[in-house]
Order: sequence, then C-alpha cells, then structure tokens
Amino acid sequence: MPLLEVDKDKCIGCGGCVEACPLGALSLVDDMAVVNDKCTACGACMLACPVHALNLPDARPRKSSENLAAYKGVWIWMEQFHGRTGSISIEMLGQGRKLADTRKVALTACVLGHNVEHIAKEAISFGADRVFLADDESLADYTTAPYASTLISLIREYKPEIFLLGASARGRDLAGSVASVLYTGLTADCTGLEIDPENDLLLQTRPAFGGNIMATIICPDHRPQMATVRYRVFEMPVADDKRQGQVISIKAAMRPEQITARVIDSILEKDEINLADARIIVAGGRGVGGPAGFETIRKLAVVLGGAVGSSRGAVDAGWISYAHQVGQTGRTVRPDLYIACGISGQIQHLAGMKTSKVIVAINKNPDAPIFNVAHYGIVGDLFQILPALTEQFRKKLHH
Amino acid sequence: MNIIVCIKQVPGVTDVKINPETNTLIREGVSSIINPFDMYAIEEGLRIKEKFGGKVKVISLGPPQAINALREAVGMGADEAISLSDRAFAGSDSWATAYALALAIKKMGDFNIILCGKQAIDGDTGQVGPGIASQLGITQLTYVFKIVKLEPESGMIMVERLLEEGREIVEAKLPVLLTVVKDINQPRGATLYHLRRAAKLRIPVWTAGDLPEADLSKLGLKGSPTQVIKISSPPKREGMLDLIKTDSVEHSAAILADKIIAEKIL
Repeated sequence: MPLLEVDKDKCIGCGGCVEACPLGALSLVDDMAVVNDKCTACGACMLACPVHALNLPDARPRKSSENLAAYKGVWIWMEQFHGRTGSISIEMLGQGRKLADTRKVALTACVLGHNVEHIAKEAISFGADRVFLADDESLADYTTAPYASTLISLIREYKPEIFLLGASARGRDLAGSVASVLYTGLTADCTGLEIDPENDLLLQTRPAFGGNIMATIICPDHRPQMATVRYRVFEMPVADDKRQGQVISIKAAMRPEQITARVIDSILEKDEINLADARIIVAGGRGVGGPAGFETIRKLAVVLGGAVGSSRGAVDAGWISYAHQVGQTGRTVRPDLYIACGISGQIQHLAGMKTSKVIVAINKNPDAPIFNVAHYGIVGDLFQILPALTEQFRKKLHH
Repeated sequence: MNIIVCIKQVPGVTDVKINPETNTLIREGVSSIINPFDMYAIEEGLRIKEKFGGKVKVISLGPPQAINALREAVGMGADEAISLSDRAFAGSDSWATAYALALAIKKMGDFNIILCGKQAIDGDTGQVGPGIASQLGITQLTYVFKIVKLEPESGMIMVERLLEEGREIVEAKLPVLLTVVKDINQPRGATLYHLRRAAKLRIPVWTAGDLPEADLSKLGLKGSPTQVIKISSPPKREGMLDLIKTDSVEHSAAILADKIIAEKIL
C-alpha cells in the first residue's frame, strides 16, 4: 500500500504526475491517476499536479517528549584542517548570524582541534557571539567518534535550536553521526536556509533528483534542527576584528585510549583539484581527446587561477583522475565561472555544475546540451579557441 | 570475513530527461538500477571475500520490487540477500532508514565489515551510512577509495579516504562501516553461474514484525524527524545563451574574454 493518496474527486486524469514520477509509480487507469508500490513518498508528483489531487497524509500525530522551547540558539561547526579554517564555515557564520538575528538568539561556533585558539577569535570576528573551544591533542586530526561525542555532549547540555555544518566530506561524516545519536532531523546539502515567520521553524531547501527538483524540508518535533550546507551558497561575511565574544573552553569527550581510528597521513592535492572551494573551474570532457589535451585546459586554468574539472567520460577514459570529476557521480560545484570545454553536457554532468554563476561552453557540436545551460558559448575546436582565450586573458588580466 | 553490503534501488537515471516547460523529469518506460555507488560497495565486498574467505550478504530497504536489485547483487556473486520491505518503512527519511537497517543488520548476525556507497544518486544525502554506524556503535570510515591494508588476525584496517583537499590514510579496528567512492574498483558483471543461483535463491523478506527490537514509532514516515513540506522547480537560469560568432578564432576569443571580464567575477 503506497502512502500517496489520490483524491478521485479532484483528479482530472491529465497524466502530469505520471510524467513527473521518477520511480514509475504512477499510471493512468480509466483517466484517473493510480499509484503503485513503487511510490516512496518523495512528493515529486505533487508539484506537477495542477489540481492538487495528490496528498501525502500527515501520518505523524506525534507528541514531543521534550520541551522544544528549551532549545535556543544557532550553532555552527567550524571545520578546520591543520589549523586552517574551512571557507565553508566562514560562509555559514554569515548566514548563521542572519538566522540568529531573525530568531533574536546568540550565534555559537564550535571549534574542535589542537592549537586552534586563533580559530575561536576568527569565528568571533565573523559574527559568533560565543565559542566553545575544545583544544586537545586527541582532536588534532579529524576522526568521527572523538568529534561527534564532544559535540553530542555539548548539544545535550546547552540545547541549541539549530546546528549547521558544511557539506564537506568531514561535515557530512560528522553530521550523519551526530544526528543519528541525537535522534534528530538532518537535511543534507542545503542551498537555502531561512526561518518560517509563522512558526519559527528552519526552512531547509535542497536539490533532489540531480537538481531537477528543489525540496523544502522541516524538522518540526526534534531538536536541534540540523543541516549541512553546500559550498559557496551563502555570501562570505566581512571580518570585524573589534567584535567581542565569549570563549568557553571545554574538554574532549573521549579519552585517547578510547579512540579506535587514527589518521596516519594526509596527502594534499595541488590547489587545482580543490573543486569545492574553487571560484573558477575550467573543465574538459571527451572532446579533449586524451591526457595531453588536458594540458590545454590546465593552461587556461592557471592563467585564471582556477581549478581543473572534468566530465565523467574523460575520467572513465583514464585521461584524468576521479578527484577532478564534476557531476552526479563526482563533485557538485557552484563556482563563479565554469568553462566547459569539449563537454557535451549530459544530465548527470549538468546536475553537478548548472548552478554555477557564469557558464561558458566551448564545443564543436552546436546541438550539444551544454549550450542549453551556458551563458556564453563558442562553437568550434577547443584546441584553437582555448589557446587564443588563454592568450587574451594573459594580456588583459596580467598587464 | 563476514561482509554486509547495504544497497538501494534507484531510478535508472540514464533514461531521465527534463521537460523544458515544467522542468520536471520525464521517464520513458520504467527502469530501476542498483545505486551506482553501491555497485562499488558490492564489488569491494566480493574482493575482500575472495582474498580472505567468508560471506557477502546484501540487504536493501525499499518497496517490494527492490528484491530485483538484490538478485542482481547475487548475480554478481553475493552469497545471501535480505529484503527489508514493509509499508511500515515507507516514507523513511535518512534517520529512519538507518534505524531500520541497523536493527536488521543486528539480526543478521556477526559481521566484520559493512559496506555502503558514499550516497544514493536520487537522495544524494550520504547520511545513511554514518547513521547505521552510529546506531550500531561501530567506527565509520567514509569516502573510502582504497583499502590499503586489511589484517583479519589483528582486526586492523587501513584505508585511503578522498577529501576536498586531498587524501587521508586512516587506520581503524574492525568492525567498521565503510562508505566507498567511485574510484575504488571496477564492478564486475554478472556471471551465468551466479545468475542461475540468483534466480533460485530464496530471499527472505523482513517486515517490521521481523525486527523485535524495533520501536514502531521510529519507523517510516512517522518515525522520520524530517518532513518534506514543499517541492518546487529549481530557479531558472537567467538570460539566454550569448553565442559568439565571428570570422576568426582570435576575434571570438577576444570578445569572450571581454564579456567574462565584464561579469566581474575574475
């Protein structure tokens, strides 16, 4: 029995829902929408229905055992690596400040690590009112359990209303663990966060189905309301070194002998691969023709100070490593500038880059789907166009 | 080595197109696939088994037809499969999914390694793996793209994880839950021998009633802390394509460079 209900009095048999269903769970029988067992209650059909005939009944008459009003304040986890703050955490301090002001509550930053007192100060300069600082040798490298247990005990004691983390590898690793133990809601990869003025709930908006649908999600009965936030969605706040805040030192929750995972080594990639953080990405696809062709891509990336991306096709062909892959099975990016060279623009690739601010497509095939999402385009041979473009930027930007 | 692989059946994205007018998905025919990342998890499980012996069991929570995904995994070489399917699980968010899977895994008996894909390509959350690990109280190692060392006697595992700024080598004690990324291996196809076995294999279907420890209020839609309240189209891209056409490559490149510079993003 599927959860979705079709209101037979309202359904006009238009079939819009049948097309919209990504799971093939809807069909038309006697001009009426019929739902089968494939339905997972994702809600994609509800958008397509012009007459609001589809409903997911609210099967949650649930009483909250805890007093939700006891939960106050907006918290941010400050991600750091070798003492350097992640840009995503700074972006979240900016948005966190706005949310805290709307709710008229304090903004708290959680800094965990070793020799990271400077990050506590940095967090205050970017908007935090209060910092919990767990400075301990056992927290020097991120591993899940010591970080999660420290945050969980803090959350249980101080009860924040909202807790936000960056949607980085570490942020998603940590958030999943913390929310699971606390039995609270967690929304992954949000691109929008605001407070609903009617009920003060956090409205968390995220892309689903490869970015073809936006879902707004709430966590009505559990606290804290947790979300991970995508890179480069929110504006970077401006630091104010005169801002004052409180720094509270706390202890790590696990003793070193309790920790069962240990970081042995880190192998840093060159900056050209850090796609998540990159403001500019020059990406190559099948049209690049081989590993040597990526040199042409790389030269333009260097002149622009950007990272090198690639389509799945080029990775699968072995021309460039997976760390560069943009798209549904690679990384999702939203740089200020994305230059797609020799990339046809399959839906899986578009899902990973189409929210970039400015998209440039260079492709031999004028009908390539990449041109449907591009702002600027040139139809032609990338091996002629890219060197010319690189030369133009070299002249115009560096002189 | 006893290995459990968690898999999800997802819409076969390859035949999904966008209706440009409504910006929704158009699907021709109905096809479902094993989540691509879970294929790497299955393959990695099979490789560990081939090296150290033991069994690979696959489990999936989903609607009744998710059993097809399990049969496919058995066709690749998995030994056993469990389908977790019940109306009581419908509408589960990542918390309730991890809760039900963790309870089922407890019932499945001893394990050394649990493998999951890094995320599913329909939900994209990547939260179920860490959720299962926390529910079971075991170590999680996410975004793994290489098992560097595995020593069953000492119970030690060393893996390489793929992070934003590079890779990281982590050592941990078994049991562990690993979520794997695409580059970890090349999944094998099904073989005739295993396909025959898959066709005959009885796959138990567990319902909520088969999980005696389950708190029924924590299952499915009503046990899910998150609630989808609105589905909308993504914001439309502003403006039209500005296609630059001139008589020479140099001229086109110069115009494009000027236009990009004028965007003030460099």
